Amino acid sequence: MALRTEPFVINFGPLHPSTHGVFRLRATLDGEVVTELEPVFGYLHRGIEKLAEGYTYKQSICLTDRLDYVAAMSNNLAYVLAVEKLAGIAVPERAEYLRVILAELQRIVSHLVAVGAFVNDCGAFQTPILYMFREREKILDLFEMACGQRLTYNYMRFGGLSQDVPEEFIPALRKFVDQMPGYIDEYDQLIAGNEIFLARARGVGILSREMAINNSASGPVLRASGVAWDIRKADPYSIYPRFEFDIPTGTAGDCYDRYWVRIKEMRQSVRIIKQAMEQLPQGPVTTRVSLNLKPPAGEAYAHVEAPKGDLGFYLVSDGTDKPYRWHVRAPSLLNLTALRDMCIGWKVADVIIIFGSIDITMGEVDR
Amino acid sequence: MTLALSGEDLAPILSGRFPGSIIKATKDSLLVKSEGLLNLAAFLQTEAGLEFDYLSNMTGVDYREYFEVVYQLTSLKHNHSLIVKVQNHDRSNPVLPSLVCLWCGANFQEREIYDLLGIKFEGHADLKRIFLWEGFQGHPLRKDFTDGA
Repeated sequence: MALRTEPFVINFGPLHPSTHGVFRLRATLDGEVVTELEPVFGYLHRGIEKLAEGYTYKQSICLTDRLDYVAAMSNNLAYVLAVEKLAGIAVPERAEYLRVILAELQRIVSHLVAVGAFVNDCGAFQTPILYMFREREKILDLFEMACGQRLTYNYMRFGGLSQDVPEEFIPALRKFVDQMPGYIDEYDQLIAGNEIFLARARGVGILSREMAINNSASGPVLRASGVAWDIRKADPYSIYPRFEFDIPTGTAGDCYDRYWVRIKEMRQSVRIIKQAMEQLPQGPVTTRVSLNLKPPAGEAYAHVEAPKGDLGFYLVSDGTDKPYRWHVRAPSLLNLTALRDMCIGWKVADVIIIFGSIDITMGEVDR
Repeated sequence: MTLALSGEDLAPILSGRFPGSIIKATKDSLLVKSEGLLNLAAFLQTEAGLEFDYLSNMTGVDYREYFEVVYQLTSLKHNHSLIVKVQNHDRSNPVLPSLVCLWCGANFQEREIYDLLGIKFEGHADLKRIFLWEGFQGHPLRKDFTDGA
């Protein structure tokens, strides 16, 4: 006689160590297997898009720090690019180079946190993540040197940066980029050489190429599914065409590939930073922009390849000093669209890993 | 560089196929009628040479006299993009067709626009608030929204 089973609803979060913030998942289980999954959002919704409508353009730069707070520099960059497009502001060469250096350092920081937290979710509790935080700390020291802040930088301005980096920044950066490839080798050896990690991540949570595209996935999630789509190459911004780098892509679209793509991308970021340092010109890093900036009426959209994916700002100006509409295309939210389909059929313990491999920040999901 | 397709260039092709569907075509965008949006979008998604396989972004804007929803479509295959807009003048009950059946990526974005602007998407299987709680009154991104304070 077959054993009769009842579906069982289990609730993860909103405060759960595996949800990386205040995020809730309602999973329906048949035994240990997930048959239905519903993500529940909104616990960190601060109404940032509404708040921005009441601020001047410049005042909103600090709001972007609070979207993806693990990668605030990238958010700064996407927003200032959108306003520069809207108002037609030019950026000096030195500032362009420094922006690229900062954005790539930020990518390394974000990927270190992503990989560390992911390995944590896989069960390698707390030890491996400290290796990643060791190097993250060095980059945060560099950011602190540049702008005085370690998490919410508020560093970029329309037409440049708030100030130039100090004299000691470049030597410290050089030391870091010389050391970093060795550290990446160390992580890869520790993690990808671990049999338990491979058993848990390989072949789990597969996102096919077609599904990734149809679900508007972007960033490492899209590339792990085999789509060579990187905004830095596909729709270049700033001065990215001047640098040589590759777009790593996965083949299986599983959790392991999402991890692997991030490790490879860190190496490419180091490569870009090295080239930018060599070419870095002297000169001003700011442009005179009216404090009370009033872009002409119209709309503008600018997007960048942020560590989590395609981060865009859609701005509508009505000619006043405050934006009429201020919308964020949030990669963290859109990368969760496919989560349900990726998890169904897998066990509860796999859901934690699949979710961890996507790498989201709730500040950006909920806004 | 992603080639931004001009609405003016595409308008003749689309008007031939879907007469009367285009309200206005500019260099940057296409403003289309909401009634024919679903068929037109399906055409844009599958037609050889266009193949917009990726819904990059959706934004809702309240222009006081009307609501506007902006679809940013991209073709990863051809690396080109197009901006399609639809407008709705019914403030009390704005309804637009849902595009989730074509691009699953529209799912959370339509829920977000419904939550914050109150535009309903007909055909969305699970249209409910995404960020604000059930029972919340009003839609904050509407220009006439007051929080009661």
